[in-house]
Amino acid sequence: MSSVRLTINGQARELDVDPEMPLLWALRDHLALTGTKFGCGMSLCGACTVHIDGQPTRSCITPVAAASGRQVTTIEGLSTPAGRAVQTAWVDLDVPQCGYCQSGQIMSAAALLASNPHPTDADIDGAMAGNICRCATYVRIRSAIHKAADALAAAPE
Amino acid sequence: MDFRRIEDPAALLRGTPAELSRRQFVKLTALAGSGLTLGLVVPGCSKPAATGDTSAPFAMPFVHIAPDSTVTVLSKHLEAGQGVWTGLPAIVAEELDASWSQMRVASAPAEVPTYGNLAFDPKGRMQGTGGSTSVANSWLQLRRAGATARAMLVQAAAAQWDVSADEITVAQGVVSHASSRRKASFGELASAAAQLSVPAEVTLKDPAQFTLIGKGRLPRLDSRDKSFGRERYAIDVMLPGMVTAVVMRPPRFGGKVASFDASAAKAIPGVVDVVEIPRGVAVVGRDLWSAKKGREALKVTWDESAAEKRGTAELLTHYRQLAGGSEALTAAQRGDANGTLARAHKLIHADFEFPYLAHAPMEPLTAVCRLRADSCEIWAGCQFQTVDQVNAAKMTGLRAHQVKINTLAAGGSFGRRANFESDYIAEVASIAKATGGRYPVRLVWTREDDITGGRYRPLNLHRIDAGIGSDGRVAYRQRVVGQSILAGSPLGGNGVDATAVEGNAADEYDLEDVSITWSKPEVGIPVLWWRSVGHTHMAFSKEVIIDELAEAAGQDPVAFRLRLLGKHPRHSAVLRLAAEKAGWNQPFAGGKGRGRGVAVHESFGSVVAQVAEVTVSGDDIRVDRVVCAVDCGIAVTPDVVVAQMQSGIGYGLSAALWGEITLTGGRVDQSNFDRYRVMRINEMPKLVEVHILPSTSSPSGVGEPGTPPIAPAVANAVRMATGVRIRRLPFDLAAARKEQKA
Repeated sequence: MSSVRLTINGQARELDVDPEMPLLWALRDHLALTGTKFGCGMSLCGACTVHIDGQPTRSCITPVAAASGRQVTTIEGLSTPAGRAVQTAWVDLDVPQCGYCQSGQIMSAAALLASNPHPTDADIDGAMAGNICRCATYVRIRSAIHKAADALAAAPE
Repeated sequence: MDFRRIEDPAALLRGTPAELSRRQFVKLTALAGSGLTLGLVVPGCSKPAATGDTSAPFAMPFVHIAPDSTVTVLSKHLEAGQGVWTGLPAIVAEELDASWSQMRVASAPAEVPTYGNLAFDPKGRMQGTGGSTSVANSWLQLRRAGATARAMLVQAAAAQWDVSADEITVAQGVVSHASSRRKASFGELASAAAQLSVPAEVTLKDPAQFTLIGKGRLPRLDSRDKSFGRERYAIDVMLPGMVTAVVMRPPRFGGKVASFDASAAKAIPGVVDVVEIPRGVAVVGRDLWSAKKGREALKVTWDESAAEKRGTAELLTHYRQLAGGSEALTAAQRGDANGTLARAHKLIHADFEFPYLAHAPMEPLTAVCRLRADSCEIWAGCQFQTVDQVNAAKMTGLRAHQVKINTLAAGGSFGRRANFESDYIAEVASIAKATGGRYPVRLVWTREDDITGGRYRPLNLHRIDAGIGSDGRVAYRQRVVGQSILAGSPLGGNGVDATAVEGNAADEYDLEDVSITWSKPEVGIPVLWWRSVGHTHMAFSKEVIIDELAEAAGQDPVAFRLRLLGKHPRHSAVLRLAAEKAGWNQPFAGGKGRGRGVAVHESFGSVVAQVAEVTVSGDDIRVDRVVCAVDCGIAVTPDVVVAQMQSGIGYGLSAALWGEITLTGGRVDQSNFDRYRVMRINEMPKLVEVHILPSTSSPSGVGEPGTPPIAPAVANAVRMATGVRIRRLPFDLAAARKEQKA
């Protein structure tokens, strides 16, 4: 065990954990930030997606030490315009079914819109193919991303 | 599975009949501390078990009205994504004339018969979710609950205002008396209503008067929490002092612990305990990471003397022998299939193969248990609540009534969480017992545990002979070889396991000469219902063979089916609707590699037809568009029905295109989403159109019926695109081409 300093959702946090522990488990088991989900542990499903310095990152394979000194944002702290627009669209279109993968889906979608405000279907495929939804809510995920993009475009600067 | 065929659900609960019957008369004390002051209607009494406190909220078994006018519907069913946390409240809100914005939902406790599934058993002796029965079995129960609550609110208003109840109206959550211009909210009337006798009879609405049910989109009650990371699943439960466990299970099914050496595991920082349990050896740590590392260091010697050591190849060889053998039970028999086949001039002989399939819900199986000297509390996405309760009691040495079940939202299930051994719940209870109740225990299955953990959709082999006589008469003979899901469970018997042969051609078409037989291999791989159960394989071979027969007869696949569906008006109607919406009768904008196919199938009381359009490039199959028509009776929440059809299609496509659990020497070859491939957004059809057939019949299932038709519809489309018939799942076009040439 050793001390790891993190900035999570804008707050400085210090943890006494194995530096090799994946960020996912530091968030969930030690910081009680359970919105980020465990799905596969191998970066195959995207349920654990968080933003590190704004970049979508699979927290299940990211050692907590690698996040030290960087800005980590989880679903609980998502507050960017793109993030808000995505969440609003998700609720408006009733995207979730079981809902378990949706934190990761939303973090990936928010990162996509932050870098690409008008994604095409192919852009969406590229950015979202790493996020599995066993309920197959994909038709609505696609619609919600387009809807969020439209809402962002219509919003006053 | 079709639970309506269960004749003795009480058998599920054998061993504790005295407790269960007593529990029917005991006010549930387990709710204390849950934040709900729920009273229960005690059988034989006419009043809610209210406290007599005039400030008490209105509390009936399914409906709770708070002073702030929020109406909480107690869901006796698990929400695993299928939308019951919206559909069940919608039924209550309709009869209550509530505003949708005041509706809330909470899980009911484990309690029979109050919360029993009436489709499993009309007496409600088992609580559970499955067979796409949630809305169907709750339909009249919750309409009555809503109408009863409404009548009591009206009665309370009539008394307060000294007017006739007949003159009072209720709309959008407001109780009004027009001539005196008085109005009250539900919350204002709730306490007074709670003091009234429960009316023995209530009048339900004429469905023509419905304002919520079937009327477009009702926002899901769980969308917001699920879009903000706030929904609490079992894996999110945090209790003071809680530890996390993972279990090392035998590498082959049927293996047992011979001995183990925990010294290296215990040396891992954070590991607090290593204990043997009936299913293996549990490593307990302060967090998942330490428990996992501890398990990696654990050394277990297994006794595999009784383990299943065959692989998929050996099993299929055995299944082929059974398919050609005479040992079989008759599942359905009509006319003279053998005689007509002998005279038929267009004969088709085909073997179909279906692999084992893992459910792979996104939330790996997780349960939390807090064990005390005389009580046990479970938090999980419980699907068979009262079965889970009995099994947790057995593992902890308690009695069922001492086990409190907290049913949380499940991160998917697709049938996985419903099993008579309550596998993961029994495990967490046994770990809590083995660690002496020293700490609350959270058990987490890793994805590898999930994929390799068994309880799969059974491996199946179908051998079919079908033909058309000169008079156009169709004969159909099918041997199904597949494990019984119900064998070894309280529902198992000596006869045909209905879940192995459900949705067969005898049930689904007006065939005059049909024979369906079933051979049951003895295999040590645990199997379970997987979204639509036997229909997953029965629909495929049936709809592919029917297509081949149409082709042999030189007829259009839709017209050919309609000719065989004269006694199946619902099948005919959805088939016509899907064909119309897909533009079936217009020339198909095909081109190289393009094809479209159709399938129709009834399951869980609903009938679904799908038209799939595909593009095949080389050996790659892309599904471009699916047009789906469904008759599910009254669609309570049509937007949820649409979502469930899309979901069932995506789930079925995963299995059609990639899903496969194989074994080598008894060991499972796949362990995670790299080799157990599932549908991703880039592979999902861009167009999935769902059309709901208008109906005035009572609601039937929607969680599962969208799945069975998609694989055969796609296979039939691939046939049109390539000329290749696919008879083995998952689809392997290259292999199918080779076989067809050979």
